[in-house]
Amino acid sequence: MNFLEEALRWIFNPAVHEGANSLAVRIGEHLSYTFGAVVLGAVIAIPLGILVGHTRRGTAVTVSLTGGLRALPSLGVLILIALSVGIGFQAPLATFVIMAIPPLLAGTYAGIQAVNPLTVDAARAMGMTPLQIIFQVEVPLALPLIVAGMRSAVLQVVATATLAAYVSGGALGVYIFSALARRDYPQMLAASLIVIGLAFALDGIFALLQRLARPRGTVVLR
Amino acid sequence: MSIKRILFVTAAVAAVGVALSGCTAADPTAAPSATAAGPAIVIGSQAFSENEIIGEIYAQALETAGYTVERKFNIGSREVYIPAIESGEVALLPEYTGGLLQYFDTATTAKSADDIYAALPALLEPSGLSVLDQSSASDEDSYNVTKEFSDANGVTSLSDLSALAIPLTVGGNSELETRPYGPAGLLSVYGVTVSFTPIEDYGGPVTVKALNDGVVQLADLYTSDPAIKKNGFVTLTDPENLMVANNVVALINTAAFPADAAGVINAVNAKLTTAGLVQINTESAAGDSPATIAAKWLKENLIG
Repeated sequence: MNFLEEALRWIFNPAVHEGANSLAVRIGEHLSYTFGAVVLGAVIAIPLGILVGHTRRGTAVTVSLTGGLRALPSLGVLILIALSVGIGFQAPLATFVIMAIPPLLAGTYAGIQAVNPLTVDAARAMGMTPLQIIFQVEVPLALPLIVAGMRSAVLQVVATATLAAYVSGGALGVYIFSALARRDYPQMLAASLIVIGLAFALDGIFALLQRLARPRGTVVLR
Repeated sequence: MSIKRILFVTAAVAAVGVALSGCTAADPTAAPSATAAGPAIVIGSQAFSENEIIGEIYAQALETAGYTVERKFNIGSREVYIPAIESGEVALLPEYTGGLLQYFDTATTAKSADDIYAALPALLEPSGLSVLDQSSASDEDSYNVTKEFSDANGVTSLSDLSALAIPLTVGGNSELETRPYGPAGLLSVYGVTVSFTPIEDYGGPVTVKALNDGVVQLADLYTSDPAIKKNGFVTLTDPENLMVANNVVALINTAAFPADAAGVINAVNAKLTTAGLVQINTESAAGDSPATIAAKWLKENLIG
């Protein structure tokens, strides 16, 4: 039995593309989780990362925090949150935000800390205020690493957003869970292939953004 | 000789000594008692705690009787573990008569426990499977509503649902959507249209919360679930027998399961009751391990 062939046939089957449970709807939900979680995570993690990176204080606590958050089992967190807020999109979104924070936080504080201290010193000597130093010197120089953190966060969430279906949260996991129970391997493979395709596409986009984020006048030492 | 060389030679000699001693030791997998025979009996279970605990009870009962047992619990749903037991990878698995019959014969009309049990052997034999004695303990799917819903809408039976004007949603695992007693069955037998919300925790706390919150009006919970009584849910009666009887029974791979071990399992099933299942599930929800719960059940219900 050629599962790959049947999976591709599933993807191009017109029945899958119509109705409330259509592929387009599920992909839309999947991408909404991805962008929603990364944006919300960035709102929390990036200011925190800038603070830690600029003041160079609290690094040890931050490192432990990101390590600890990374170690949390996503399904467990999802169920725990769902037990208080109920089924739907809220528990998955909260879980994915928690998952997105570590790479964003790590990328930001590492990026800011990696800025040459001499450069920061020179800026301070020129009379720049701390906020000016942060936004005109540190963040532009750290931007490639911050974008790398975003890229990592996006990939993590895209891969794990399939869990949302466990608590009726929609997204591409719906196909995987319903196929899992019925041993419908082609459907499982098809849904997985779509998730992989999304991951590659988003990774490519962010790789490009990472190159564009490099400030003019700097060179990458090889 | 340098100290390094001495240490290396000592380590090498020690390693060889340990390896050689393994050749002379008695076979560690040989069962200690005279009643045991042959290779380990592989016991599987479905992926939920009650079934795992029944599997553990079987395992401990067999071990007490001198058999060697290998546990492969939490395999998954029927679509996953039936092929495993057909292939002989698993020799024994706690099953439920009704669900098992509907898996092998989707068109079956048998409803009572005895009719279902009688229909099983003929369907199982071509796959090399058979069943031992069934238990009186049963764990059936049931549709439940909250007490508030039942009082407000005058609903105590599945046949009351078709008269309701409000939209109804049922919550349950994805596989319920395609099962004979799922939404399709509700429509054809009771004339009620329900929409379906998949919640993948097998009637667990997420499903219970969804029912309590009113996000779903009906939830597929199991009759041995302590949550029904704990939350004051009303189990809707089933006059047309949409839900078939679902008694605990041991499913075996006829070739892989030693015939002389059947007596042990039959003795367990004879003592297992639905109340016993509720008790098992209550202890499991309190956090006791399957091994502890099984040991306690065996001590209270069987001698030795």
